Amino acid sequence: MSQAAVAEHDLGIEPAESPLTPESWGKLGMWVFLAADAMSFGGLLAGYGALRYGDPTWPIPKTILGIQLTAFMTFLLICSSVTMVEALAAIRAGDQAGLRKYLMLTIMGGMTFLGLQAFEWTKLLFIEGESVAKNNFGATFFILTGFHGCHVFGGVTYLSAVLGRAVRGVAGAIVTAVVAVACTFVLIVVTSHFVSGLVAVIAAAAGAGLVYLVSSALAGPRPTYDAHNNNEVEIAALYWHFVDLIWILVFTFVYLI
Amino acid sequence: MTVHTPEQLAHEHRRYLQVFFWLALLTAVELAVVYPHISTLAKGLMLVVLAATKATLVALFYMHLAVERRTLAYIALTPAVLCVFLLFMLLPDLGAFTRALTHATPVTAEAHE
Repeated sequence: MSQAAVAEHDLGIEPAESPLTPESWGKLGMWVFLAADAMSFGGLLAGYGALRYGDPTWPIPKTILGIQLTAFMTFLLICSSVTMVEALAAIRAGDQAGLRKYLMLTIMGGMTFLGLQAFEWTKLLFIEGESVAKNNFGATFFILTGFHGCHVFGGVTYLSAVLGRAVRGVAGAIVTAVVAVACTFVLIVVTSHFVSGLVAVIAAAAGAGLVYLVSSALAGPRPTYDAHNNNEVEIAALYWHFVDLIWILVFTFVYLI
Repeated sequence: MTVHTPEQLAHEHRRYLQVFFWLALLTAVELAVVYPHISTLAKGLMLVVLAATKATLVALFYMHLAVERRTLAYIALTPAVLCVFLLFMLLPDLGAFTRALTHATPVTAEAHE
């Protein structure tokens, strides 16, 4: 490794070496991962379409699923995408406080989404009597929305790690991400035991508040990201927007059509 | 690492809010399309077009594909093309469609017994 590359590595800046991606190897890596992940979702959606098209007894989704609630969840993810681009814009302008604020709002959006999904699943499983084993509708619904929910959970953890890193390097990232995982898990458990979507929102706000307090308590003397070094934030943002993009398709194909 | 000027950042900020407005509006249109009694095919087509438009807006402006190198756009397009290809591969196996093409009668429970 050249001296320049070592110096760049020490500063957390990636060397610009490739004509394929002069900006960032990390960004290229994330795009390749997202393309592979999109094919997983594409396979699941294609399988869903094939099963549904071949079954004349397939129920009309809007008679079973709560369209208004999921429309709100869709709107929530769209809002979280906006806060994510605002977080990136903030750090590109060198605004550390803006980055932390918008990242926190994005994490809160993801947590609320998961809480509402736990609420929706509880209602379907224990009140409506649906299940993954009941019929193809149940199997495809729970697998598709569950797979997406896992991505949202991963996204909340990932963004929490970025938030932790924004305040205190790797140690902060690990502690904040662990707190986010614990908060999200508790949120899901709490929400799935109370049949009220409002509980999800309140629990998410409380959980996100705890993540924020932990990250604030960890605040280090020197910020990790600035106007010149924000590649990690951009890569994390790509993942979060992908989760939003996939939900737009899942919402249409599974809930609306 | 590209450093953005305040003018660029202000322009991006306006663009983000415009995209948010369109995403929210298209979601509202989707909901408006679901409830009226129109043919399933027309409804399905409209919803697919609306979803594809929303997904494209997110990819172009929030994931910055509109200003990225073309290579990344090719990577992003690959799964979409492959999924359409997969759908065409599945087409011959779609039960009702195949029955309609071959005029075969559906297998009933009595026929099994």
